[in-house]
Amino acid sequence: MSIQVRNIHKRFGSFVALDDVSLNFHEGELVALLGPSGCGKTTLLRIIAGLEQADAGSVLLEGRDATNTHVRERQVGFVFQHYALFKHMTVFDNVAFGLRVKPRGQRPNEARIADKVHELLNLVQLDWLADRYPAQLSGGQRQRIALARALAVQPQVLLLDEPFGALDAKVRKELRRWLRNLHEELHVTSIFVTHDQEEALEVADRVVLMNHGKVEQQGAPEAVYNHPASPFVYGFLGSVNLFHGRVEEGGVQVGSVRLATEADFAAGVDVLAFARPHELNIVTDLATEGGLAAKVTRVLFLGSSSRVELEGLEQEQYFEVEVPLSELARLDLTPGQEVRIVPSRLRLFEQEALAG
Amino acid sequence: MSAISTVAASRYERNSATRETPWLKYTLLGLGLGYFALFILMPLIAVFFEALRRGWGPYLAAVIEPDALSAIRLTLTVALVSVPLNLVFGVAAAWLIAKFEFRGKQFLLTFIDLPFSVSPVVVGLMYILLFGANGWFGAWLAAHDIRLIFALPGILMATIFVTFPFVARELIPLMQSQGKEEEEAAIVLGASGWQMFWHVTLPNIRWALLYGVILANARAMGEFGAVSVVSGKIRGATNTMPLQVEILYNEYNFAAAFAVASLLALLALVTLVIKTWVEHRAADGQGAGAAGTEKPA
Repeated sequence: MSIQVRNIHKRFGSFVALDDVSLNFHEGELVALLGPSGCGKTTLLRIIAGLEQADAGSVLLEGRDATNTHVRERQVGFVFQHYALFKHMTVFDNVAFGLRVKPRGQRPNEARIADKVHELLNLVQLDWLADRYPAQLSGGQRQRIALARALAVQPQVLLLDEPFGALDAKVRKELRRWLRNLHEELHVTSIFVTHDQEEALEVADRVVLMNHGKVEQQGAPEAVYNHPASPFVYGFLGSVNLFHGRVEEGGVQVGSVRLATEADFAAGVDVLAFARPHELNIVTDLATEGGLAAKVTRVLFLGSSSRVELEGLEQEQYFEVEVPLSELARLDLTPGQEVRIVPSRLRLFEQEALAG
Repeated sequence: MSAISTVAASRYERNSATRETPWLKYTLLGLGLGYFALFILMPLIAVFFEALRRGWGPYLAAVIEPDALSAIRLTLTVALVSVPLNLVFGVAAAWLIAKFEFRGKQFLLTFIDLPFSVSPVVVGLMYILLFGANGWFGAWLAAHDIRLIFALPGILMATIFVTFPFVARELIPLMQSQGKEEEEAAIVLGASGWQMFWHVTLPNIRWALLYGVILANARAMGEFGAVSVVSGKIRGATNTMPLQVEILYNEYNFAAAFAVASLLALLALVTLVIKTWVEHRAADGQGAGAAGTEKPA
């Protein structure tokens, strides 16, 4: 089922949760709503489900206005961050719930329900837990049961609210891959909310970035990551190093140093320049042109690579540089050592435009 | 709850680093037990002792005497009517307060507590003022030949008023802490409002609900002040058990007074036993997710 969200506004008291949000979700797509907490992503998900009422705007399911469609008729599956499993029911009864509450005419008989429940439990690979109670399961198992329960009523849309938010890092990673595979198998239009950029980039076909109740940018994961439309998006999708400067001939003037880069702006424009940790190089030759003076404060070993933390000498500023291990061995850095930082790639945003 | 705290207490006791000195332990124990024996156990024993002082024969005679039987019947009727009404109201009020946001919520919450803070005698007087012969609606009621005061309806109203907070007060904190995610999950899965309440909400609150009902019931059977004002104390008609006890006592008929009193005390003891059992079940149900009903694999 395709979903259109049109000009949704929602406020809670004086807090604006959603400010004129319009989005399209295509049939069979897996979309991530990504943003910091309080950006309105969960509210949007709940409005699509019908659990929350928008102040203005409309939600179209399969092209039809669903504003007056009751939650139970919207054919959505909803997975809650804290699972919301029925505590007093076994896993089996939890999954069977959606089938058992159907009106008499549409309700399958108990044998059919049992078949269906076992089929779903097999799908989430937890059939052996059918007789357990939710309190006896681990967090990852609970969330998979919650997903099986949501799928039991054959929803046309699957909505997941921070589905892995309450799980530890390893289980989260496992479930991400598992969710992706499940989606390949079922192809139900799915929207999931997350504040974890890695999760969004890894799992989703498309990422919608939200901030302060507005959509900042949307697109395929690599497009959003490589071509962020705003400093917010750039900053949210990973670690950043920030330079304040002015566009000059052949680069950006930062303090007394001119960093070489291509610029789409006219000379004299004040800009913010961003570089990711792996887009900065450390040079030990202090005579190097076009490098910012900095002092090494810490060298951190991160397994497959390393991170060097530095302090700018000209302005008091913190830099973070990712250095491959082989490179680190060659550089042979010691804390307190003075070096030069040379960006291999800079992304510029005009400062004026941001202020307005 | 109680199970958890006993485990912690015994752990402190075993560990010499956290153990208190023996004299402190026994002083506290002695104080507690002495207080309990003096103010609670002794009077309770005295009631049964006095009731049975002249043996079982007179005791039984006092209990099956028509006025006493009528008082027992009235007390049970009052409890049977007021408790279910307060159950329905309590669940509705708790639901409203725990699951919805609305203007005046705090006001309603304070209002629910009102019967706890108003003296029962005042409650009785309020009803007299409203529905008594010289009250606001007295003339109208008399004209239509409706008797509320000095009759069963008045006793019911007074009892409902004083027992009104028990169920709601018991449920509100529980329902607030449970939130509404499970209910939302049920609705998204296609459950109707009634199915959601029956299959999801009610099982989650059942023990607290039962506990509230037991407390409300105990109060409904034992209420004296409010009922004594509106009842008129008509023998064999509007006397509840507590009122009957007072009347018998004032007539120096001590054996009969203590016999009826012992019945009330017995009802209270039975209530306490059920209450303890419910608390025990509730504590079990909370921890292991109703593990008590789990089928062996």
